[in-house]
Amino acid sequence: MLGYIARRILATIPVVSVVAVFVFLLLRLTGGDPAAVIAGDSATTQQVAEIRVKLGLERPIGEQFVIWIGRVVRGDFGESFFFKKQVAELIRDRLEPTAALAVCTLFLAVAVAVPLGVVAAAKRGTWIDRAVMGFAVLGFSVPVFVIGYLLIYLFAIQFAWLPVQGYQRLADGFWGFLQRLILPSVTLAVIYVALIARITRTSVLEVLETDHVRTARAKGLGEGAVLLRHVLRNAAVPIVTVIGLGVALLIGGVVVTESVYGIPGLGRLTVDAVLARDYPTVQAVILLFSLVYVLINLLVDLTYTFLDPRIRY
Amino acid sequence: MKFLRRCSIASLAVAVMLSLAGAQQGASAETVLKVVMHSDLKIVDPIWTTAYIVRNHGYMVYDTLFATDAKGEIKPQMVGKYEISADKLTYTMTLRDGLLWHDGKPVTAEDCVASIKRWAQKDTMGQKMMSFVKDLVVVDGKTFKIVLKEQTGLVLPALGKPSSNVPFMMPKRVADTPASEQISDFTGSGPFVFKKDEWKPGDKTVYVKFAQYKPRPEPASGLAGGKVVKVDRVEWRAISDQQTAINALLAGEIDYIESPSHDLLPVLKKDANVKLADLNPLGNQYAFRYNALFKPFDNAKIRQAVMVAFNQKDFLEAVIGDPAYYKLCKALFPCGSPNASTKGMEAYLDSNFDKAKALIKEAGYDGTPIVLMHSTDLGVLTNLAPVAKNLMEKAGLKVDMQSMDWQTLVARRAKKDPPAQGGWSAFLTSWVSADILNPVSAGFINASCDTAMFGWPCDKELESLRDQYARETNPSKLKAIAEAVQVRETQYPTHVWLGQWYQPAAVRKNVDGMMVAPVTVFWGIEKKGS
Repeated sequence: MLGYIARRILATIPVVSVVAVFVFLLLRLTGGDPAAVIAGDSATTQQVAEIRVKLGLERPIGEQFVIWIGRVVRGDFGESFFFKKQVAELIRDRLEPTAALAVCTLFLAVAVAVPLGVVAAAKRGTWIDRAVMGFAVLGFSVPVFVIGYLLIYLFAIQFAWLPVQGYQRLADGFWGFLQRLILPSVTLAVIYVALIARITRTSVLEVLETDHVRTARAKGLGEGAVLLRHVLRNAAVPIVTVIGLGVALLIGGVVVTESVYGIPGLGRLTVDAVLARDYPTVQAVILLFSLVYVLINLLVDLTYTFLDPRIRY
Repeated sequence: MKFLRRCSIASLAVAVMLSLAGAQQGASAETVLKVVMHSDLKIVDPIWTTAYIVRNHGYMVYDTLFATDAKGEIKPQMVGKYEISADKLTYTMTLRDGLLWHDGKPVTAEDCVASIKRWAQKDTMGQKMMSFVKDLVVVDGKTFKIVLKEQTGLVLPALGKPSSNVPFMMPKRVADTPASEQISDFTGSGPFVFKKDEWKPGDKTVYVKFAQYKPRPEPASGLAGGKVVKVDRVEWRAISDQQTAINALLAGEIDYIESPSHDLLPVLKKDANVKLADLNPLGNQYAFRYNALFKPFDNAKIRQAVMVAFNQKDFLEAVIGDPAYYKLCKALFPCGSPNASTKGMEAYLDSNFDKAKALIKEAGYDGTPIVLMHSTDLGVLTNLAPVAKNLMEKAGLKVDMQSMDWQTLVARRAKKDPPAQGGWSAFLTSWVSADILNPVSAGFINASCDTAMFGWPCDKELESLRDQYARETNPSKLKAIAEAVQVRETQYPTHVWLGQWYQPAAVRKNVDGMMVAPVTVFWGIEKKGS
């Protein structure tokens, strides 16, 4: 097992390297010039050129890449073109809101979606099943920002129960922290709930038709016990897989959700950095996202061994 | 019934928890003004960049020697008294008493001379002014002299210019930073202190009242007069989404939005707790910029034809829509400003397509397509390019409109490549009126060929008129020169001015005292209750 983990961790190096090259080239090939953005609208061509030299953008792309990758290997992601802060520091500042939002969403989504999927499967063909599947279709179809605005309108403007926007650090008080996370988490969780509930239903339905479930029922076990002990555990592998794959969905959703709710997290940082062509920041954030994605997939693979003892690495 | 009871209990619980949280927040007696500005503050050196958000930051933290008042007149600000010698070659300026840097040290003449030198390396008007300057001499701790080689009327307008780059005063140790590098010490002498430790780009920028700031005795007027601060703390909140900012204002989470988008104004007008305030009577001006280096706009006649084919109403209707927020103005310099005039404009901006077609024929147009850059991500610009395309096509020109985001446009407009090889022929933008009040400060009128702004117009006559304006010391003669510039612009167009538009600010009803000025400033503002 340890050998497998070591091999998988080593395998992240080529993956992240490909991402690094790809992001670096893509940013340079995309239109836009950070120097022109920094200089402002009234700047002359000469002023823009001076800033380009200052930022090292006049050097050949190959040379820029070698300098950047050399620093990254040493753990130095460089300085943001705009914020005059180390990119690592910027990311550190923005990590908490995004991590809190992601964990909250994940928790909420799993807590709601798995029971919904199980119930829908158990009540197959009834109105409950149709309602859950209808919700799943709706959750997939309605864009995240529409859900966000609707929730804000209802719970922040009409009822004034929760704040419209912003983030409060956990260290500054739990209630304020939670208060500001409820709406964004629910917004982001909708699509995730839809995805997990659907997969849970399908997976549970498959297991419900197997022999060991029939045997369990024949032994006289109650339906709840059958579902929890015999069905859900056997149906868990596809569910865990989709939770892992859904992290990509979560990363995309975080970008939109953080904008709608004014949360100063990594998603907002990414958008701001892309719009301003802040190359060092975009490169570092994308590398971080890719690393997280690879590691979560590793975690998912490892979880299989706990859920299904037949799986061995 | 049971369900209703549970709901009521749940609502009560939520209400109690929220009121407890509210009580905790309300325990502080500090007056905090929470504002959403037009952009997030990422750079904090107002000399290094011309970006408006950084200029606004500059007005919080720094002070100026002179300032423009509500009537557009230049008034002393940090300067207590000044004298101009009889030959108009020496300006002696003495700082007023009690001026302190945020670290408690006194502001000196040496600081001011260093600040002027750094600013003048970057600012177009500053560069022009310095071309007349023989020496900057420190006389004593509070007095310095500007000695000129020859007479110019530019000294006070340059030192009191309202918009980017504003000559903000900085301590000498900061002003000695090369103009090509950003400053890292944010000590100013303005009415607010920048809280660097609380500055989180993408989240918030915090300023606190500078208790030792000594305002001028006169009432505040425009950017001049007494800068009396009436709140303890100003927080610029970075909310990039317009709808979210509006929702936050309606819910009372923020107090002020500097630039709410025009299509959301009806929502704000309906709310009893919010008011709209037009704080910049000169507003902004739309402009269509030609690239004079390449076909077809290397031909002044074709540029004239475009000016004949255009009309301002179509543009303003397409973007702003509500006539309450725009003004048709054929003047090159903003209507309402001292240099505004309609001289020479009789035949232009009326969409006379027959005349435009005749001019195009006369110019020998060979069908070269106009590469029109269309920015798609800024609400106040997006609809301009399609209108321009339509009007030019009606006049018989071929237009290749290429859509892109604003930052791509900004990068591309700096390229001198031919339009067919990644360059461009034209694009549309907007100027804050305060930036274009005269021929020297208005960037698009600069026709100095290679050193002009992107578009690179090249015209000796325009340059000679700009030079004449810079040298003129008699204010009563300035308007005539500005009119001559306007007439020359119709013969050798560097750009087309497409009318003025206004951006109201949205504020909570309990906020009062906003300054009417071309820049959003926060002295004079009061916040009562919540």
